[in-house]
Amino acid sequence: MADPVTHSDGPQSDGQGHNSGLLRYRDDKAASHAAVTVDAFVDQDDALAVRIEPGDEARELIPHLARVKLVEVNFPAFGDGRGYSAARILREAGYDGELRAVGDVLVDQLAYMRRCGFDSFDPDAPLDAGDVEAALARWPDVYQSAADDRTPIWTKRHA
Amino acid sequence: MYRYDSYDQAMVDARVEEFRDQCRRRLEGKLTEDQFKPLRLMNGLYLQLHAYMLRVAVPYGTLGGDQMRALADIAEKYDRGYGHFTTRQNIQYNWIKLEDAGDILADLASVEMHAIQTSGNCIRNISSDHFAGAAADELVDPRPYAELLRQWSSFHPEFAYLPRKFKIAVIASTTDRAAMKLHDIGIRIVERDGEQGGELGAQFYVGGGMGRTPMIAPCINEFVPLDRLITYAEACLRVYNRHGRRDNKYKARIKILVHELGAEEYTRQVDAEYAHMLDQGVEPPFAELERIRTFFADPEFRAADEASASNEPAKTASEPAFQRWVRRNTNPHKAPGYVSAVISLKPVGGIPGDATAEQMRLMADLAERYGFDELRVMHTQNIVLPHVHQSDLPAVWRALDGAGLSTPNLDQIGDIIACPGLDYCSLANARSIPVAQKISERFEASGKGEALGELKLKISGCINACGHHHAGHIGILGVDRKGVENYQLSLGGSEAEDTALAKITGPGFSEEGIVDAVETAADVYLRERTEGERFLDTYRRIGMTPFKEALYG
Ligand code: HEM
Ligand code: SF4
Repeated sequence: MADPVTHSDGPQSDGQGHNSGLLRYRDDKAASHAAVTVDAFVDQDDALAVRIEPGDEARELIPHLARVKLVEVNFPAFGDGRGYSAARILREAGYDGELRAVGDVLVDQLAYMRRCGFDSFDPDAPLDAGDVEAALARWPDVYQSAADDRTPIWTKRHA
Repeated sequence: MYRYDSYDQAMVDARVEEFRDQCRRRLEGKLTEDQFKPLRLMNGLYLQLHAYMLRVAVPYGTLGGDQMRALADIAEKYDRGYGHFTTRQNIQYNWIKLEDAGDILADLASVEMHAIQTSGNCIRNISSDHFAGAAADELVDPRPYAELLRQWSSFHPEFAYLPRKFKIAVIASTTDRAAMKLHDIGIRIVERDGEQGGELGAQFYVGGGMGRTPMIAPCINEFVPLDRLITYAEACLRVYNRHGRRDNKYKARIKILVHELGAEEYTRQVDAEYAHMLDQGVEPPFAELERIRTFFADPEFRAADEASASNEPAKTASEPAFQRWVRRNTNPHKAPGYVSAVISLKPVGGIPGDATAEQMRLMADLAERYGFDELRVMHTQNIVLPHVHQSDLPAVWRALDGAGLSTPNLDQIGDIIACPGLDYCSLANARSIPVAQKISERFEASGKGEALGELKLKISGCINACGHHHAGHIGILGVDRKGVENYQLSLGGSEAEDTALAKITGPGFSEEGIVDAVETAADVYLRERTEGERFLDTYRRIGMTPFKEALYG
């Protein structure tokens, strides 16, 4: 069985202690900057954190990625899947800072979110640690490439 | 036929465990019904009027004898001894208990089957030509491309929460037997002149569909090279996932996006996304397509003049009933001496698409004995034995005839597509099945079915159009008129290569009235037709007026 996505780098609780539900899969310190809207971020040169809403154009951030410390992608309802595309678009553009899913983030969506490049989660309702671990370890392999570094089955077959 | 390797098997097994775990958390109250619903839907479980319904995927409609037997076992063990084959080449069970669902999925996994993504707002089971790999008129077998798309779309992390469901069909013939242009994406494999002779590619039609706003998909790309197929599909889906409407579920299908943007603007956005994706490593290695193709190599066909392996008496071949069945229910095959034989699940007065466990086992036996162990589900809710040697047809027919499976009505008025309707479906306005039963009985009694020739009749119990009524030569739609079931009649639709949407004749009819109305329309055709014309051709030539006069005059 291949390595599950929960390797040594996570999850950790937030050092600031202000949010017990935060899950992180990064080694650096959690960013604590207040996230502003995409419009505000593009206008304010000193903003370091931004929040993407489902209807926002993630590509507007691409020219500014160098100064971004944290991108939050909001899921007002778990069934609205636009945030998955936003996450991949940022990773494809080379963003390697923290990418956090916030809002209606549930355990059954975590594995797909990880694959789309999210490396931290701040769910509205706290998640059961055991369920999180099981969900992230579930898939022995993946069929297609995405924003994570897992090798798809169709590549392994011909390696 | 495609067979799983250890990777495919491990993925399906993991899915069974995931679903068992989700059921456990639902029962423990850790998941609300709202949270659980999309998860069970992605495993094919709907809550219907009387019970849960389970939809099992039959990828591109192809299955082996062992799989058909497993479907029979499930029908007996967990349902009421039968199953229902659907217009998307799948099978549904209508009387399932939630507690059994995990075990059923495990039983399916043991024969390389599953219910993954057969429902929910994700990429659904990929459908294809039911005569794929057999038809005399195909360019290549379309199923390797469908299988590649199956792998790509299975557990796709970005496209699990699309604005709405997403259906893809793949064909490789100029004849369209899969309603390709009525899908969210329809793909036709085509050939063009390349440097080293013929080069294969994929034509993309995007934004077709039925439902309450039926649309025929425009072609947005005439030729996507095969080594870019997945990247292009990914670009089509990403544009939809980002910009498809989510404010109104009736406007959420990709057809509305393509319509509102215009095909040209949608195509421009896809092209931009595609250009961006080309260096993102989305495309599988080409060797994978080649690996998949080996599974679909021709079986070892016998010589055309070889004798039958059965001991069916020679005189069977001269029976008129047998000859009529051969004329009606077989399709030309690419290999000399072979045909594809259609097993009708449309007995007169029966429920379209239903098969009992014993019938499924018989079909599996026949496939094993006479058909290289392969079966297909047709979108017209029948079953095909794709490769049958002509000398074996008498034995095949004899066995089918003994099991109520030999109705010689392929593409005739008795070969009705009907959705579950008010007998099962919680969204229905009206019953579909009893109307189908009455129509097939009426035309059997009058003996006109054979005289009418090709006449495709399709019935939906509500505007969602699961019964393809928009695409019927004759379509029937159940509506609710002040609490009474009422039926609208429409004419002139087609889901073949000459795709067309049917037009409503006028005011609707009662349940009895609709059966008379269909007969009236059929009589207009019999009166007006010229040599060699089908119902659809006559309608196209003479227009709606003569039909209206006969119906309402
Ligand atoms: C009994 C439970 C069923 C329910 C609740 C149901 C529900 C729906 C709904 C809501 C739609 C419209 C979707 C839209 O336009 O966005 C739809 C379309 C459709 N369904 Fe069903 N359906 C059921 C059974 C079936 C069956 C048994 C079949 C196959 C025989 C089927 C095949 C289809 C097809 C082909 C379409 C239209 C094509 C399309 O626009 O995608 N459905 N269904
Ligand atoms: S067309 Fe309507 S009544 Fe028929 S199955 Fe679909 S949703 Fe139900």
